[in-house]
Amino acid sequence: MDLLDRQLLFVTGKGGVGKTSVAAALAQLGARSGRRTLVCEMDAKGALAAAFDTAAFQFEPRRIDTGLFGMSMNTEDALREYLRIFVKLPLVGRIGPLARTFDFVADAAPGVKEILAVGKLAYEVRERHYDLVVVDAEATGHIAAQIGAPRVIGELVKVGMVRDQTKWVSDILEDPTRTGLVIVTTPEEMPVSETIDLIGRLDREAGVAPSTIVANRVLPALFDRRQSDVVDRLDEVEPALVDVAGPGVRGVLAAAHATEARRRVGNRHLERLRDEIPPGLPVVYVPELFTRATGRRVVSLIASHLADELDVV
Amino acid sequence: MARQVGLDALLASKEMVLVTGSGGVGKTTVAAALALSAAVHQGGKVLVLTVDPARRLADALGVSLLGNVAHRVPDAAFTAAGIEPRGQLWAAMLDTKAGWDELVMRHAPDAKVRNSILSNPLYQNITSRFVHSHDYLAMEQLHELHASGEYDLVVVDTPPSRNALAILDAPSRMIEFFGSRLLKWLTVPYRSRLFTAASKPFYQVADRVLGSGFLRDIADFFVLFQAMEKGFVSRAREVEALLGDPRTTFVVVTTLETAPAYEAEYLARELVRRRHHLGAVIANRVLPAGITRRGVATSARRLAEAAGDDVALKGIVKQFEGAGRDVDREVVADVLTEVATRFHDVAIVASREAERRAELADLAPQVIDVPSLDSDVNDLASLMALVGHLRN
Repeated sequence: MDLLDRQLLFVTGKGGVGKTSVAAALAQLGARSGRRTLVCEMDAKGALAAAFDTAAFQFEPRRIDTGLFGMSMNTEDALREYLRIFVKLPLVGRIGPLARTFDFVADAAPGVKEILAVGKLAYEVRERHYDLVVVDAEATGHIAAQIGAPRVIGELVKVGMVRDQTKWVSDILEDPTRTGLVIVTTPEEMPVSETIDLIGRLDREAGVAPSTIVANRVLPALFDRRQSDVVDRLDEVEPALVDVAGPGVRGVLAAAHATEARRRVGNRHLERLRDEIPPGLPVVYVPELFTRATGRRVVSLIASHLADELDVV
Repeated sequence: MARQVGLDALLASKEMVLVTGSGGVGKTTVAAALALSAAVHQGGKVLVLTVDPARRLADALGVSLLGNVAHRVPDAAFTAAGIEPRGQLWAAMLDTKAGWDELVMRHAPDAKVRNSILSNPLYQNITSRFVHSHDYLAMEQLHELHASGEYDLVVVDTPPSRNALAILDAPSRMIEFFGSRLLKWLTVPYRSRLFTAASKPFYQVADRVLGSGFLRDIADFFVLFQAMEKGFVSRAREVEALLGDPRTTFVVVTTLETAPAYEAEYLARELVRRRHHLGAVIANRVLPAGITRRGVATSARRLAEAAGDDVALKGIVKQFEGAGRDVDREVVADVLTEVATRFHDVAIVASREAERRAELADLAPQVIDVPSLDSDVNDLASLMALVGHLRN
């Protein structure tokens, strides 16, 4: 099945690999392909809104573009909404201090914050408010705790309303046709290692399987073997190159060598990635962009590469 | 502000180095390299406390599976890498669970409380999550190691966190937690809760939502935890004081990409504002400085022209042959065209990097550039190569 045919997509990855840009690009693709799409930032740092060149998101979704809405997760608001909808608590107005205190408890108690957050996302899916919900989720170190929260709560909390609700939330999260997990990596040692490590423990800790790996900032191979041999030896003919192009050619060579070295190291890590992930798990590639742009332009560029690789629109 | 003080001077004048920065910038490797540099060039006993090293780096340092216990990197490893250190390099890995256990053992008033806490089912789950546990533990371990008097220099690699400031705030958060309303509410004896006007609505809702059993478990745990308040708080104050200690310096590691550089700038400003000592910004994986020099772009254009010029090509091929290389002229032409065309892509990135570097240089006494290395840093020899760049 196509990645975007799922209703809930968590996008994770080691810090610094471009997780937020990829989440934004997937959301843009979703909206462009006619799906009513919600994109949600989990950490309130504003990076997702910045990717769309727009003001910080709030808990209440805001329209960014045709069919595209953005929100920022906030457990206090999630609790307020939860109490209103499920506990049918009439004193919404008085809940402020209560919610803040609850937030403290949620900070200390395992899984409570996470269940409020993923519960809210699953609720949007269950009620079919959107065709697709894309989550700029926690980094690789915390994602299993985030998605696995219903399980933790199920084990720790024996009675009460939260426990009753872990069931339907788990049903959505653990159904691979409804919920997808995208792991973003770059062709570098630690991001690849963390990706492999995460895949190994996802099923056990969260009951989910990854749907797609996105390898971001991949340098394309520019040279075949004969050409590579020449590139490697250009320094030997530096005097001749200076003759025809001036002394600045040393800087040109430095750039070529730096890029080639990075590409080769990166290639080894991508090979390791392909070797160690389950067969059949798709890996899609987004090239290094070499652009001076930031924000929305970057999102559009990544989206167009993903569209080619994922075969959408 | 651009006074060049040099890495050696920095490491020689401080006793504690906190290596900070956003995730994915090579913090762990840089921390290891700083410690190695001090051990090799300055001598004494140097310890690096790493958080989550890549497996092969951990192997190289001999810290795999060793947890909180410090281990000396053996002489044989140095000999094998062709290094003769003046001092000793020790390494330890931050183990949050073991760290908490030690804290409980130290601060619990008696054996009964201690055992009740350690055997509490919520203990592990809670300690691994709340009030930036990893950040606090890293600081706590730094304090412990420095106070042990065992080391001349302790370098700490800080945990990857969502916010680089979390490490600075960790001790005060710990202190706040013990004085917070939350802890008081959590530790109100269960029966009297429903009669306390202030907390009544809270518990009514919380009981319904979370189930009273869960809340009682949490309350039981925090009642025990509160018994450690005095020791914990005074310790956290000591840890907090360490941040501003004249023997402490911060090193901010970053790449020159947009997001990490932004985070680094923010962190550097905050360190200055809080009057903590910012020793250096390390710009990791930067492109070679030569790329942005004047005349290089012109050379790239001329190189592209040369690729289509018979005379120029002939000269280049001739030099290849003189060096004993048999090359095809077409292949050389293709390569030169591609190298020249691609140069402009790289130049765009390089000029962006240069701008960000200039911004960072305004904030820190020194910015140290480390180029992208041709291979991963996973043994002492490659770590030593990194040291070479850091001291350059």
